[in-house]
Amino acid sequence: MLKTLRKIASIGLVSELPPGPDELLRVRRALDDRIAAVLGRALCIRHVDAGSCNGCELEIQSLSNPYYNLEGCNIRFVASPRHADLLLVTGPVVKNMEAALKRVYAAAPDPKLVVALGDCGCTGGILGECPASLGRVSNVIPVDVAVPGCPPSPVRILQGIVTAISPPV
Amino acid sequence: MPLRRWWEHAQKIAGASSVRGLGVGAEHWLQVASDVADAGGLLHTLWVNREPAGDAAVYGAYLTELGVLVAELALPAGGESVYYPGLEDIFPAASRLQRAAFDLSGVRSGDPDRRPWLNHDRPYEFVRVDGEGVHEIGVGPVHAGTIEPGHFRFSVVGEKVLRLEEHLGYVHKGLEQRFTQLPILQGHRLASRVSGDSAIAFSWAYCQALEGMSGRALPPRAAWLRAVCLELERLANHLGDLGALGNDAGFAFGLAQFSRLKEDLLRAVSAAFGRRYLFDIVVPGGVAVDVSSQAARALAEVVRTVCAEIIELRGIYDEHEGVRDRFTGAGCLAPELAARLGVLGLAGRASGQARDARVDLPCAPYTELAVAKIVQQGGDVAARVAVRFEEAQESGRLLRRLLAALPEGEHAVTVDAPAADAFGVGLIEGWRGPVLVALQAGPAGSIRRCHPHDPSWQNWPALEYAILGNIVPDFPLINKSFNLSYSGVDL
Ligand code: SF4
Repeated sequence: MLKTLRKIASIGLVSELPPGPDELLRVRRALDDRIAAVLGRALCIRHVDAGSCNGCELEIQSLSNPYYNLEGCNIRFVASPRHADLLLVTGPVVKNMEAALKRVYAAAPDPKLVVALGDCGCTGGILGECPASLGRVSNVIPVDVAVPGCPPSPVRILQGIVTAISPPV
Repeated sequence: MPLRRWWEHAQKIAGASSVRGLGVGAEHWLQVASDVADAGGLLHTLWVNREPAGDAAVYGAYLTELGVLVAELALPAGGESVYYPGLEDIFPAASRLQRAAFDLSGVRSGDPDRRPWLNHDRPYEFVRVDGEGVHEIGVGPVHAGTIEPGHFRFSVVGEKVLRLEEHLGYVHKGLEQRFTQLPILQGHRLASRVSGDSAIAFSWAYCQALEGMSGRALPPRAAWLRAVCLELERLANHLGDLGALGNDAGFAFGLAQFSRLKEDLLRAVSAAFGRRYLFDIVVPGGVAVDVSSQAARALAEVVRTVCAEIIELRGIYDEHEGVRDRFTGAGCLAPELAARLGVLGLAGRASGQARDARVDLPCAPYTELAVAKIVQQGGDVAARVAVRFEEAQESGRLLRRLLAALPEGEHAVTVDAPAADAFGVGLIEGWRGPVLVALQAGPAGSIRRCHPHDPSWQNWPALEYAILGNIVPDFPLINKSFNLSYSGVDL
């Protein structure tokens, strides 16, 4: 126990509030403001892997590390689409996941936002469209924002989320 | 006939250090398999090639102490009436591989289990457990966390698991078909996306097969840089898992600390290679990015700090009674069962299966590195955690060694597309276990056939056994301790 406490104390806070890389700072402040203004509570996200290679998942998981500290930005991952404001969809939509993705989409309450993540989600990626894959997410459900990258960095994912909850100009 | 005789009759195959191929008749197909089993070898993978004309061949690749033996059985054209003898009685791992091969090629084995695997258009029947108080819990394909999709059907009494049946194939993308549409000199890009967490292992295995077929030797600097990437991949994944395992045991501190270390490592990787995840770094003939000596030093320094912190955190995990209690005895896979199921890689080594391709069938630079094989006998979550802790340290040692003495010279050479019908096999020990890529060239720089194999094929069925007698709430922890790939087996 003593070692645990000593470790916590010695590491201190690493979350990148000021000072931190500018880019990250800008995104975080924008996020906090938007979420407070739009929702007045935490933004709830449900992740759906519709056929990814699992690379995008690794970067989504990075968002929860102490540097990006997603929960500190008022964002939570939730276990059920029924609690979600936003669906974060990775991968091309493969045929065997089409029905599941449509059901998740139907289960999320309106108004719902969809962010398609990664080159696969944006365009179908290297797989494109083939008998087993329907390609980009927007071929299957409406998409608000598409975040390219293979995989997109955590900062890019955060930017995608800000863009999704910002009113179109 | 003993394995050695088959081996002596077989012809060398290009690619990994010790691969041989052997054409067999139907009467010898099962005999080779049982001789491999008698000699302590196992079935690594199985696939079917079907030509447009309808004739086909089935291949079984065996991991043996002599090397990888690929047996080929030619099958006549004849549609659904053509069968080959199933290997499931000798190697249980064959069952799903054979069913997947049928879904992809239409060529069946004699396996009485004819349920579909990758094809979800045909209905899938789960095995029912009957009895008083037995009920079923179905989970997935969409899970509660940020993980890949798959379906788990638990049959339970109270909280106790009587049976778990996995139904996978949800992220089947048609990878093998897609390979055949890519130029052979571009296929490594798709290979690194077979299972994103094993990008280096798959793309290296692919390039190893390709370079062998083209007869192009890898410059030493390229081989060393690939090994740097492979060990970074191993270390990053172990960090991720060690954190998640602490978290699943109710110790959020572990997740915070290990995910911080993983981010430190990813940022250092990004500084050295220009990307956090190492997709498209391994290319035919070498690596896409060279690393300056300054960047190599900086990376080695981060690795040193991370590894020192891992030792400290291990002390904390070991002393934490709650964590110890959850890890010890959970999800136990006894060594005999692991041997019977042919469990591979990290999970196999945690159950006494002392195989590591970096030691047993090393390619350069592992031939010079004397990698320590980490083996535990416990077979429980604690053993899989211990293997991760020790392998992370070993990767740290290898990385510091590799980075301190990168050979001078080119980091890549050009590779020509191999001649049509050339065949090669790559074998690389990824963080999860041995990854195999079988590659056959088509005419004019095309791919006739590419079959990538992730060790998760062997290890998913082992998870069904490891959970028996445990309680449902321990499943996330036990599942995480294996951390198997869905994408890698759904193809
Ligand atoms: S975008 Fe890249 S990392 Fe993401 S799922 Fe597709 S291939 Fe994998």
